[in-house]
Amino acid sequence: MKKLTEKLGFALLFLCMIISLFFLGSILYFIVSRGFSVISWEFLTQVPKKAMTAGGVAPAIVGTFYLTLGSILFALPLGLACAIYLCEYSPKSYVVNIIRMSINNLAGVPSVVFGLFGLAVFVKFFNFGVSMLSGALTLGIMILPNIISASQEALLAVPQSYREASLALGATHWQTIKKVVLPTAMPGILTGVILGIGRVAGETAPILFTAATFYTRGFPKSVFSEVMALPYHIYALMTEGTHPEKQTQIAYGCALILLALVLLISSVAIIIRQRQRKYYG
Amino acid sequence: MDKNNIRMKCEKVNFYYGRKRALDDINLDIYKNSVTAIIGPSGCGKSTLIRLYNRMNDLIPRTRLEGKIFLDDKNIYDIGSDVVEIRRKVGMVFQKPNPFPKTIFENISYGLEVNGEKDKTFINDRVISSLKKAALWCEVKDRLHDSALQLSGGQQQRLCIARCLAVEPEVILFDEPCASLDPISTQKIEELILELKKTYTIIIVTHNMQQAARVSDFTAFLYIGKLVEFGTTEKLFTVPKEKLTEEYLTGKFG
Amino acid sequence: MLAFASLLFLVGIMVVLFLNGLPIFKETGVFNFLFGRNWYPTYDPPEFGILPLALASLMVTFGALLVCVPLGVGSALYLNELAGPRQKAFLKPIIEIIAGVPSIVFGFFGMLIVAPMVQKIFNLPVGFTAFTGSIILGIMAVPTVCSISEDALSYVPKSFREASLALGANRWQTLIKVVIPAAGSGISTGIILGMSRAVGETMTVLMVTGGAAVMPKSFFIPVRPMTSTIAAEMGEAVVGSSHFHALFGIGLVLFVITLIFNIIAEMISRRFRVKLGLGR
Repeated sequence: MKKLTEKLGFALLFLCMIISLFFLGSILYFIVSRGFSVISWEFLTQVPKKAMTAGGVAPAIVGTFYLTLGSILFALPLGLACAIYLCEYSPKSYVVNIIRMSINNLAGVPSVVFGLFGLAVFVKFFNFGVSMLSGALTLGIMILPNIISASQEALLAVPQSYREASLALGATHWQTIKKVVLPTAMPGILTGVILGIGRVAGETAPILFTAATFYTRGFPKSVFSEVMALPYHIYALMTEGTHPEKQTQIAYGCALILLALVLLISSVAIIIRQRQRKYYG
Repeated sequence: MDKNNIRMKCEKVNFYYGRKRALDDINLDIYKNSVTAIIGPSGCGKSTLIRLYNRMNDLIPRTRLEGKIFLDDKNIYDIGSDVVEIRRKVGMVFQKPNPFPKTIFENISYGLEVNGEKDKTFINDRVISSLKKAALWCEVKDRLHDSALQLSGGQQQRLCIARCLAVEPEVILFDEPCASLDPISTQKIEELILELKKTYTIIIVTHNMQQAARVSDFTAFLYIGKLVEFGTTEKLFTVPKEKLTEEYLTGKFG
Repeated sequence: MLAFASLLFLVGIMVVLFLNGLPIFKETGVFNFLFGRNWYPTYDPPEFGILPLALASLMVTFGALLVCVPLGVGSALYLNELAGPRQKAFLKPIIEIIAGVPSIVFGFFGMLIVAPMVQKIFNLPVGFTAFTGSIILGIMAVPTVCSISEDALSYVPKSFREASLALGANRWQTLIKVVIPAAGSGISTGIILGMSRAVGETMTVLMVTGGAAVMPKSFFIPVRPMTSTIAAEMGEAVVGSSHFHALFGIGLVLFVITLIFNIIAEMISRRFRVKLGLGR
């Protein structure tokens, strides 16, 4: 009896794993198998033609690239500075704890709410309009909490003895941070940032009403122009337009590009993390 | 005990962690070019005391110091005194070897760079001479650019000593430097300390009475935050004045 | 400076939501906004009751839990207890990587594959239902729940297991009676974070739940959760109109809900760390 329940129980767990892998695997398989035939050199490099039923999606790829780059350029310095301040400069107090908790909370706020914020602040208040700038800033703010908490975690993991050793040699506080603490924490910070990049590249809701548009003539001209972006393009192809059949084909291609992009980015982050774990045991 | 030879000096030092008093009215003189050992049972405040000499306890939140600590004639806790400058003059070797995750060379050149040294040949020479002084040169001369974390515990600790010597401090603090080392490494470090006292003033915290007897000229016995007895090592170990000291030395408690 | 700027932004989010959301509470009253049964933003006069939207969110989230908890926790237990080290070293990163798949891809899959399947199997007029949304959201949350639960399980000290095995318990009993209770609060943190992700998820529900803002009476009809309402209607709402403020009001409600989830998760995980003596 005792043996039987054990066998049944373990079989059940095995089943859970198999079902999960089956579902997740089937999604990947579905996107890859159907998207593969759509992708061609032309698809990657051409602008859309014939009312979105032919041609390529190059502007969407470029748009996603710009939005991601912009958001990281904005969020990385801010987030890193904030984490350094919280870990290295502010006395460990009640207030810091509250700040840390609110940052954790903000990391869990739905992305569409960040979209609302971006709409109210960047699009309307600063009057940047629906533009690449508004979108990048909104995405940047969205991953700011993630970058702060990942950096904070990495900084806290640096042994206190490194800081003491450096200070005892007559290094200033800032020299210690710059030359010892940051280099040691870098892989951890990097992992957080790369995961952030992966997330930004795939987000749709925050750019729905701050940056994205269904169609542009060619490539974005300035930071104040509307942009096409891969995730939004998939959504738009599926819900708008007049040629659902042909549009679905293009959407498969977009989904595959996006998937490949995001998986590639997050694998890099996870490989760095695995290595780091091995290094420190 | 020549009063003109005093290098560092505690005057009426009280130290608090929050409300808890860890050091109670300490008055202690440290003499030039000598080794002063601070001994006592665990938790008596030895490490707390030694970390006051280079203001390392500033890093611990909610602590407070009363009294004065002098380096030569200057109170290092004066408002406006430069803590970075003090730490450059008063070097420290820690309980657990704590090399940076950098190469052996970078570990030693670090102290010079942060103190503004730019001359490459000067740095290079200083790294070599520091390693030689720390009796590590022969073991590492072929792998200066390997990670310091690959060294053994004893080698790491000597690297930390070399790192400390490179910035040419005037006083060196050793906070139980052999606590995590094997007997052979311990012996090497003790020999090193005896060699170093010719040029430096040394304070060493140890829980090992034999070690204190072997390396030090003066010994201070601390018990529950109080300085029970201070004198030359020879006298303190052979004819202690206080009963408590005698009991500790003979192993009645510890 | 930079540090304060980023704190400022974070505080700013709350301020902006409040400023833009409060007018609607003044206009319709807090009670009528939260518990009104009709969401007719474009009628004349408009009605802004978010109960149908909130219920839809609740249903979809609950349904997603039924999918992701057994699968996620079960997989975590499998990884921790049964998988060999090599299998684990292979599967764990894969699951973590899948956790990063954009929601739009899940929505896309749901729209093209799951919805038609649901329609066929249950013989429904449309496949875009709360049920479809639950399944997709559930699958989406599996990697999150699995990887956090697995972390919690791996924190359980070996000595706990050894003590139990040494008393003659077999591995299954040890798992059920010792390991799971010890990791319990860590696992619940994972579940709550998975839930929080499901409530806040926008694009998937927008694409697969059908989007009818009516009181949801069953799992098999189209519904419109709060997030997709914002996403679908913000484009049409005139800036400064009641509709605009109402959508911000929904944003505020979502903010508060995730806040509550996060606080609960934080409290539980703190207790977990204390229980296992992990400090902090």
